[in-house]
Amino acid sequence: MVRNNYMKLSGLEPLVFTPEINFVNVGERTNITGSKKFARLILNGNYDEALEVALDQVRGGAQVLDVCMDEGMLDGEFAMVKFLNLIASEPEISRIPIMIDSSKWKIIVAGLKCVQGKGIVNSISLKNGEDEFIQQAKTVKKFGAAVVVMAFDEEGQADTYQRRIEICERSYRILVDQVKFNPQDIIFDPNIFPVATGMDEHRKNALDFFNATKWIKANLPGAKVSGGVSNVSFSFRGNNPVREAMHAAFLYHAIKSGMDMGIVNPTMLEIYDDIPKDLLERVEDVLFDRREDATERMLDFAETVKSADKKEVVNEAWRSDPVAKRMEHALVKGILDFIVEDTEEARIELKNPLKVIEGPLMDGMNVVGDLFGEGKMFLPQVVKSARVMKKAVAYLEPFMPLPEEGQEASSLKKILLATVKGDVHDIGKNIVGVVLACNSYQIIDLGVMVDAQKIIDEAVRNKVDIIGLSGLITPSLDEMVNVAQEMERQGIRIPLLIGGATTSRIHTAVKIDPVYSGTVIHVMDASKSVPIAGEAISEETKEAYRLKYKEIYQQLRVEHEAKQSVKQLVSYQEAKANPVAIDWSSFVPVVPKKLGRTVLKDLDLNIIRKYIDWTPFFSTWMLSGKFPKIFSDPIVGAEAKKVYDEANEMLDKAIAEKWLSANAVVGLYPVQRTDDDAVVFDEAGNKRASFHFLRQQGKKGKGVPNRSLADYLHPTRQDYIGCFAVTSGIGMEAKLAEFQKAGDDYNDILFKSIADRLAEAAAEYIHELVRKEYWGYSPEENLENDSLVREEYLGIRPAPGYPACPEHSEKVTISQLLDMENEIGIELTSSYAMYPTSSVSGYFFGNPESKYFGLGKIGEDQVASYAERKRISLRDAERLLSPNLAYQPNLTLVEPTE
Amino acid sequence: MQNRTESLLQQLSQRILILDGAMGTMIQRYTLTEEDFRTPELASHPKSLKGNNDLLSLSKPQIIKDIHAEYFKAGADIIETNTFSATSIAQADYELSHLAYTINFESAKLAREVADEFTGKDPGKPRFVAGAIGPTNRTASLSPDVNDPGYRAVTFDQLAEAYAEQVRGLLDGGADIILVETIFDTLNAKAALYAIQDVYEERAIPLEPKDGGIPIMISGTITDASGRTLSGQTTEAFLISVSHVPLLSVGLNCALGAKELRPYLKVLANKAPFFVSAYPNAGLPNEFGQYDQGANEMADQVRDFLKEGMLNILGGCCGTTPEHISALAHMATNYQPRKLQEEELEETSD
Repeated sequence: MVRNNYMKLSGLEPLVFTPEINFVNVGERTNITGSKKFARLILNGNYDEALEVALDQVRGGAQVLDVCMDEGMLDGEFAMVKFLNLIASEPEISRIPIMIDSSKWKIIVAGLKCVQGKGIVNSISLKNGEDEFIQQAKTVKKFGAAVVVMAFDEEGQADTYQRRIEICERSYRILVDQVKFNPQDIIFDPNIFPVATGMDEHRKNALDFFNATKWIKANLPGAKVSGGVSNVSFSFRGNNPVREAMHAAFLYHAIKSGMDMGIVNPTMLEIYDDIPKDLLERVEDVLFDRREDATERMLDFAETVKSADKKEVVNEAWRSDPVAKRMEHALVKGILDFIVEDTEEARIELKNPLKVIEGPLMDGMNVVGDLFGEGKMFLPQVVKSARVMKKAVAYLEPFMPLPEEGQEASSLKKILLATVKGDVHDIGKNIVGVVLACNSYQIIDLGVMVDAQKIIDEAVRNKVDIIGLSGLITPSLDEMVNVAQEMERQGIRIPLLIGGATTSRIHTAVKIDPVYSGTVIHVMDASKSVPIAGEAISEETKEAYRLKYKEIYQQLRVEHEAKQSVKQLVSYQEAKANPVAIDWSSFVPVVPKKLGRTVLKDLDLNIIRKYIDWTPFFSTWMLSGKFPKIFSDPIVGAEAKKVYDEANEMLDKAIAEKWLSANAVVGLYPVQRTDDDAVVFDEAGNKRASFHFLRQQGKKGKGVPNRSLADYLHPTRQDYIGCFAVTSGIGMEAKLAEFQKAGDDYNDILFKSIADRLAEAAAEYIHELVRKEYWGYSPEENLENDSLVREEYLGIRPAPGYPACPEHSEKVTISQLLDMENEIGIELTSSYAMYPTSSVSGYFFGNPESKYFGLGKIGEDQVASYAERKRISLRDAERLLSPNLAYQPNLTLVEPTE
Repeated sequence: MQNRTESLLQQLSQRILILDGAMGTMIQRYTLTEEDFRTPELASHPKSLKGNNDLLSLSKPQIIKDIHAEYFKAGADIIETNTFSATSIAQADYELSHLAYTINFESAKLAREVADEFTGKDPGKPRFVAGAIGPTNRTASLSPDVNDPGYRAVTFDQLAEAYAEQVRGLLDGGADIILVETIFDTLNAKAALYAIQDVYEERAIPLEPKDGGIPIMISGTITDASGRTLSGQTTEAFLISVSHVPLLSVGLNCALGAKELRPYLKVLANKAPFFVSAYPNAGLPNEFGQYDQGANEMADQVRDFLKEGMLNILGGCCGTTPEHISALAHMATNYQPRKLQEEELEETSD
């Protein structure tokens, strides 16, 4: 018998358990019993998306992939074979070894017949006696897999140290001596059970596991130890900080005891060294059963655990540097405390307030700009630097000589920034303003909803060097085209920068660049604005730069056109004949428990904040990474943690001092689908409104539907639909005005970005209320926030303006149906943006088959039908749908402003 | 039988053993017609049979025996039976699935006769018969339909059943070794290993050659310079995936010439707890799909592996002829075989 030194596994690539590997992490989101999302996807036959779950696991660092299909409603053998076969065709997934996980032997054998690599069988045990155990072990050996052996025998599961080692030893001897199983391929699972449950018999659960692990490693040569770590913290469900600390401490000691591999959710894991010492002490007291009152102390402490803010030690040494150096330090570090006294000292020293700005302040900001450009400072820090700068400039202003008529006070370049008419979103624009201010630009910010003519007039009056337009919603794209046309018509040739979430290089190239003969450049994100603005206005480079971009965009237009002609569309008729296949035969719609309109005023923000998905918050701050993993990111982690802590601090205050309040309105209605429209009735059966949906027209592969939201409603019978609007921006203005007055961009942006998160969180919260109570189709649902973030629930809430239903004017129907303005104070602008900005509106679809999708491009036939259904002109329909048109409409999209 | 396994192990401990060269290349020299492939019973078989080389063991056994003899004369220690495509699955293309057992049995039998004849002439150089098991023309872990990646044209169970029939025919005909070769999908090979274990169990043949079992050789195919099998595995992953059976040897053949094969062979030489084999093609095919690497050129390239002590068994695949085998056999006498290490060198520990 050949004996190797290490356990060796393989997928497409080898996995050898060398001593350096320390601990092998088994990905388990593809375990149907452990992941609701995966279960839903498999039960719905959505294997494509289920594959993405597997891919996420591999990308997230799983070294072995656990696949389990044990579910009562499922043909587990079929699902195992199908999923493993699909995995085999995805090299990025099948790279790693597979753990075939089932309590049914038949499913394990079926799985073994699908993997070319050497995987792991999970699991076998002495539960049903030696004969079955030997038989199964022989089969595993014949297929060439490693095996997980549960500490389980005829008497039941091992729950003491003694039972654990007895069963493992007995299993080992049978495997090695009788079956001739390679001892390197034996993995024991000596049962991780919860601690601190309050029951005396559970007190030694962790300790027994550690000791059993040590014993196995010392006495059963070659054998490995594995386990599911999250079990240990079972009694602290809902308290993630405590659970994360328990997992980290448990894992730390288990690995020290010799544990080789296990199932650990990496997002539910604190770093051992980062566990606060007082918490760690209590966790370890429990794990090692060190005190009589360990559980009580742990429970008491758990109550108090939240993300406590850590006080930084202040180092004051920099205060003894020369004044210019001190100002630079204050700018780079964003320290406000001494800036006024330092500025005063510099003013006296330099004898001229302007020299202070152009000297030490600007020098300091240039350092900030350089560090930002090199990726060594991050946006939240830069915004704080700008706050220091503004405070210094504000202090100097009274000392400044009044500029004489026609003479500029400073040689700074000027940039005008505006969010275009019809749009109210300005976080992105404000960030660009701050970044440019850090790089010696004077910012003239016209705010939001700015009319084209006002932009032009102000640009001329202030003799600006460059104009930046911003917008978040799709109708703003057309308004930007309009501004460019007006500038052209009025003979303005100032370079124009385009930015904002829905803008794109391709839109700028195809729609804006051709109507303006001056420089037009799309700016990807705030950090790119500095070099672009620099080259666009520098005397030496500007003409060459203009021509360069004209050429780039010309090329993009050519490529775009070429793509258009090969883009395959099916006719609207064909698309309708290929809808989402839903088996309606056994469908009984769930009648909402509370039909009609429900208004929720002044939502409890302490509840809402628990629903916040923080990941988009970080992307607003240009810090990329997923919450909470982002905190351990070596580059942005520390800064992310800081802005997160400050956001929470502000949130505490905002809630306590009522800086803002949140309202919501929900409506649940009977609905009758006709074609791709849906007629909404009130409780009395009166027709109230019609929703108009759009359908994908891209050519689809076999078995892939052309989706429309309408597909999620019963095609002929009465069904139900919901819609909602929430805002968390009520009363924000007072606080924002305060920040603006203080020149405090940092808190201004922070507050707005928090309010946006609260609005999304409120939508998440009311969606849950609807599922569990108002509509009540999932009364039993019990999901934690991370599951909500991953949308592991039934039903969807698409919002007009987003990919499944990109047409914004449908918000008007929702607004009227819910009387949004009077009930909760949300207004719509001419471009269908909601005000206050921190608002969300959308539909609720309850059908379990419903899922999000992107509409993609649509053809002229569907646009004509849409215009007819909505009773608007074809030209209006084309304008509303312009980002989705697969063709060039005949007429100019935008009429000149009157 | 036991004696032959012992004698094979003894030979392997002393020197590099030589495997034969290509069968197809030699058959082409005879310029055969459709008639030559038909036995009297198949005279009116509806399918064209030309190109079904394995069938020649039945219709023209003398040709096959002559080719075996030529390779023995050239210095081969081991010849492969003419059974590369003799599974019921591969024969289904000719509607000859029912002949699978017979082809294997007859092919092994005539190879046995030639080997015994040569051993009789020179008992100091015993000759062996390896029963060749090809990959079939279907893959168990790849879908032939790009639009349906979950589909499989063949299942593990179907393969295992077909392979078991082939193994029975080869053993009954007198094979000394079972050689699973040209593995482009490891799952197919695992089905073959599964079938071999099944047949050995049913006949109470030990798996371990040292316990008198019939030795099992495995030879994979690295498709191209990506260094992977067609089914996507790296050489080391392939090795790990087939190491659950106590193999006589693991190696590589086909697809590449000796020079191109070297880096992958090196992985096996460093990591395998078994003997290591290689039988490369005569270089890479030219633009007409023919192999034109000469015997001496091939031997020169192979010399590099031998110098480094990477090999225990050496032979040739596509395009190789008795001239190539002769050149390899002569050169191999100058080098020591690779030392078998039961424990992988502990390069990394401590």
